[in-house]
Amino acid sequence: MGQLAAEKHTKYILQIEKKKDDIESALTEHLRINGAYWGLTTLDILGNLKAVEQEAVISWVMSCQHESGGFGGNIGHDPHLLYTLSAIQILSLFNKTQILNIPKVSTYISTLQNKDGSFSGDKWGEIDTRFSYLAICSLSLLNSLDKINVEKAVEYIISCKNLDGGFGCTPGAESHSGQIFCCVGALAITGCLHYVDKDLLGWWLCERQVKSGGLNGRPEKLPDVCYSWWVLSSLIMIDRVDWIDKEKLVKFILECQDIENGGISDRPDDAVDVFHTYFGVAGLSLLEYPGLKAIDPAYALPVDVINRLFLK
Amino acid sequence: MDSDEDERIPLSQRPEWSDITPVPQDDGPNPVVPIAYSEEFAETMDYFRAVYLADERSHRALQLTSEAIHFNAGNYTVWQFRRVILEALNADLHDELEFVEHLASKNSKNYQLWHHRRWVAEKLGSEAAGRELEFTKNIFLNDAKNYHAWSHRQWVLQNLGGWEDELAYCDKLLEDDIFNNSAWNQRYFVITRHPGLGGIEGIRDSEVNYTIKAILTKPENESPWRYLRGLYKNNMKAFVTDSKVSTLCLKVLTSKVNCVFALSLLLDLLVHGFEPTQDLKNALESLIPESNNLDSDVAARVCLVLEIMDPMRVNYWRWRKSSLSSHVEDGVKNLSVH
Ligand SMILES: [Zn+2]
Repeated sequence: MGQLAAEKHTKYILQIEKKKDDIESALTEHLRINGAYWGLTTLDILGNLKAVEQEAVISWVMSCQHESGGFGGNIGHDPHLLYTLSAIQILSLFNKTQILNIPKVSTYISTLQNKDGSFSGDKWGEIDTRFSYLAICSLSLLNSLDKINVEKAVEYIISCKNLDGGFGCTPGAESHSGQIFCCVGALAITGCLHYVDKDLLGWWLCERQVKSGGLNGRPEKLPDVCYSWWVLSSLIMIDRVDWIDKEKLVKFILECQDIENGGISDRPDDAVDVFHTYFGVAGLSLLEYPGLKAIDPAYALPVDVINRLFLK
Repeated sequence: MDSDEDERIPLSQRPEWSDITPVPQDDGPNPVVPIAYSEEFAETMDYFRAVYLADERSHRALQLTSEAIHFNAGNYTVWQFRRVILEALNADLHDELEFVEHLASKNSKNYQLWHHRRWVAEKLGSEAAGRELEFTKNIFLNDAKNYHAWSHRQWVLQNLGGWEDELAYCDKLLEDDIFNNSAWNQRYFVITRHPGLGGIEGIRDSEVNYTIKAILTKPENESPWRYLRGLYKNNMKAFVTDSKVSTLCLKVLTSKVNCVFALSLLLDLLVHGFEPTQDLKNALESLIPESNNLDSDVAARVCLVLEIMDPMRVNYWRWRKSSLSSHVEDGVKNLSVH
């Protein structure tokens, strides 16, 4: 097992940015802005954000903005909440949200709210509690939550609560750790955690830990590093993180590292990617692994970034 | 790639595309390394950008989006433009169902694909219900927990109908795999939302019997235990007084294997005022004979057994134990107020 190969992971992330010529990068072209957020946040947690060319990143992010105010996954792509939050998060990392036309971006987001309080991800109307989180987190980072009907938004999220205390993508849909993160995160940001059945949900979440120490996303599923983030951040937000075996989870995440070339995979011995590298490092940060910046469980950004935004 | 797509003629050599100048990906202010990945894919995307920028809503553009999606079903902009074209051409959406089915047979975990499917089904309306239910059923043959497919199925039931056989379908899935949490969730969805079933109260009895049977087959299966609890969600009195529940706990405890969920349920019963029988106390005692615990409180003893049996969650069970006393304190506080 050993330790976190922090230097190797930094190198791995920096190298992805340069490697635009392989098939993996072609397939992810349309969501490059998500990839950039995962990579840059990982670097920041590792204390190496300075290693990237800030100006180049920022001007690229800004050129992903659509005339509607929303952001696409890359230049020339259509806007979606998924990409808009990543753009705002990246700008937050660099303390540059002020270069945004905030009323315009927040109007784009607010027009995606539906009558029942739910959010569509784009103008095509798909509804999912993930989009509620994306909208609420984005607007909160821009200090513009007053642009939407928060009460209705919260009401919709609560209507997705299940008998196990968890949340699904729509009312009645199965509880899933990823959706739970989104719902609990949105409720945390809006100050509505009292609607969560914390003890019941906490038990369901800690039942996600399997013998290997890793966490799964649903009963009887395999453990996966990305759930270290979704389950763990939810447990922290509802103040029940001591209910899992943290040491065993740390060990599981460390076992998923590629010690030689950097990067973290979903399970030991699988291929690494930037997505799981981010979730692994962010998970370790939540577990207070030494040498890492603390990350905020609701905003998924380093705590110092959040403090800079809200405590100024 | 499919064999029928093997002999792909480059777009640059197809006469019907000769009027189009392809547009390469703009990677922003930084000069980009020459692209070395699949030339075919790159070419398709270059032509796609050209028709997209020209907003060309034509049959050939539709065909081009098919090719682009076959290369990469995750590209959100391509899908979105495809819908714009379909609307403009007033295309036959039954063909579109086939297109999606073909794609889903290769990758059924793509968000765009499901979003698109719903868009098509919504346009077709209730005539689509049967085919949509069948479509998700086929997905479940290979992946019975596919989250997208479940979400689609629930949407179909609520918006297009087709509830009639849904409970039987849940039976079938649980027969195949009793651990399938998605099927248990669907079962709850049906009994609480099926417009013809009359809600939990009416169906509780038969559902409790069904669930108890499932639990006794595999007591380590967390899903039916939670389902059982859900059946009594708004009726604690029935939960505590229904002897079927405590008998179930007793049976599992007596077997002495996989007792964690039974103990947990027993704890819930006790917290809500259930008076344990001597049989239950004995069964509990025989689980940790060596400890000969001094704690006379049954609930506290249950917690202790759980701490030993489920060490990974020892802090949770300790917390449950510590909140037993605060329950008492709460009770005392309330007494002094009233
Ligand atoms: Zn994963």
